[in-house]
Amino acid sequence: MSNRLISWFKYASPQSFYPLAGRMIPWFWALAAVFGAVGLWISFFVAPTDFQQGEGYRIIFIHVPAAWLSMFLYLIMATWAGLGLALNTRLSGMMAQAIAPTGALMAFLSLWTGALWGKPMWGAWWVWDARLTSALILFFLYIGFIALQAAIDDARRADKAGAILVLVGVVNVPIIYFSVKWWNTLHQGSTINLAKAPSMATTMLWGMLLMALAFWMYSIAVALTRVRAIILEREAHTEWVKALDEVKT
Amino acid sequence: MSAVLAIIRRDLLLAMRRKSEVLTALFFFIIVASLFPLGIGPESALLRTIAPGVIWVSALLATMLGLARLFAPDHADGTLEQMVLSPTPLGLLVTGKIAAHWITTGLPLVLLAPVLGIQFDLDVGALGVLVVALLLGTPLLSLIGAIGAALTLGVRGGGVLVSLLVLPLYVPALIFGAGAVESHISGLGAGGHLSLLAALLALAVFFAPWATTAALRISLE
Repeated sequence: MSNRLISWFKYASPQSFYPLAGRMIPWFWALAAVFGAVGLWISFFVAPTDFQQGEGYRIIFIHVPAAWLSMFLYLIMATWAGLGLALNTRLSGMMAQAIAPTGALMAFLSLWTGALWGKPMWGAWWVWDARLTSALILFFLYIGFIALQAAIDDARRADKAGAILVLVGVVNVPIIYFSVKWWNTLHQGSTINLAKAPSMATTMLWGMLLMALAFWMYSIAVALTRVRAIILEREAHTEWVKALDEVKT
Repeated sequence: MSAVLAIIRRDLLLAMRRKSEVLTALFFFIIVASLFPLGIGPESALLRTIAPGVIWVSALLATMLGLARLFAPDHADGTLEQMVLSPTPLGLLVTGKIAAHWITTGLPLVLLAPVLGIQFDLDVGALGVLVVALLLGTPLLSLIGAIGAALTLGVRGGGVLVSLLVLPLYVPALIFGAGAVESHISGLGAGGHLSLLAALLALAVFFAPWATTAALRISLE
């Protein structure tokens, strides 16, 4: 039993996770490149032109994956935060800190590409639609987390305080979503209905899924790269970091 | 329970001794709400439409101002550490502090809101709904804000940071609070919004002191 526990928690220590992450990063980059290349090829050359929306609809191959990832990464961040609080592992906090900027980037990208899509389709860069508004608030939650982490000098305290904030946020995300939705239906009529999407061609769906996978792999690769930098920064005083080849040179 | 009452009594006494802090937040509320007509124009139809939102946003901002005062003075003079060490559960003491914070910042806002509502030409029924919504909503603001205040305790630039953390979490309270008045004005009835606001309050009463306690323990490590 004790052996199994040890093997489970082996990679919870920054020292053993650092080389593992280093070995995994090229694979995730390669997967991101392959999925991205195929996904872009499908989305630009294979997927048919939409007869209502013309060529402009192709922005959704970036927009939808970014929106998915922005929500998904917040959940992953909350999972790491919860693990960090429950098990008091150092790596969990580092992972949460490493994921946050990518999550904020994805939230920003989904808002930005949404605006680019909305201008030709709806004639407005921004409408106070329920999804847009809740995506904006999600972006604010990411920024709040990053700001709180940056403001606390002690890394362990920053991890724990950030973890509580993320967990409070994760409880609030569904409440915010539904409140914004009801607020929206109270205020404006059904001028724009996002839920009633036109049925999608299979190739479009494939393009979107492949792009989502590419974004996902990219996020993992970037988060792992960032967590390696965080490990080096926080563990700079330890012997094993000083013995690393990349540190000595 | 007596410990909770003692904490409330102590915080109220401290607030009475330093009246200016409480009054500053209150006048901030009045001034912010009075600035909107100056910026937008004196048409009463327009003012009636924006009144619930303006009063609620002003209430959010005024509550934010008081959050820095919630734990910082006790942290500075070491009282907070004694509270952590005391045999009474910290969660109860924190609940007491939040209650006192609400009495000093939230309750005056509720009592003043009708006066501001008259400025915005709201009728009597709408004023009543506004007061009930604020009565349910301002404790919610204090409870959620306490989490932010505890997280930013002793942190560089805590005052600005707390607004960044807490304001996105205030969105549901703002929506349902202002929405209650708006749907009353439009004839839909405020019951649904008020029920949701009360549900949020019940949820926050249960969870917020707990999260605040965890955050305080981290800050004091």
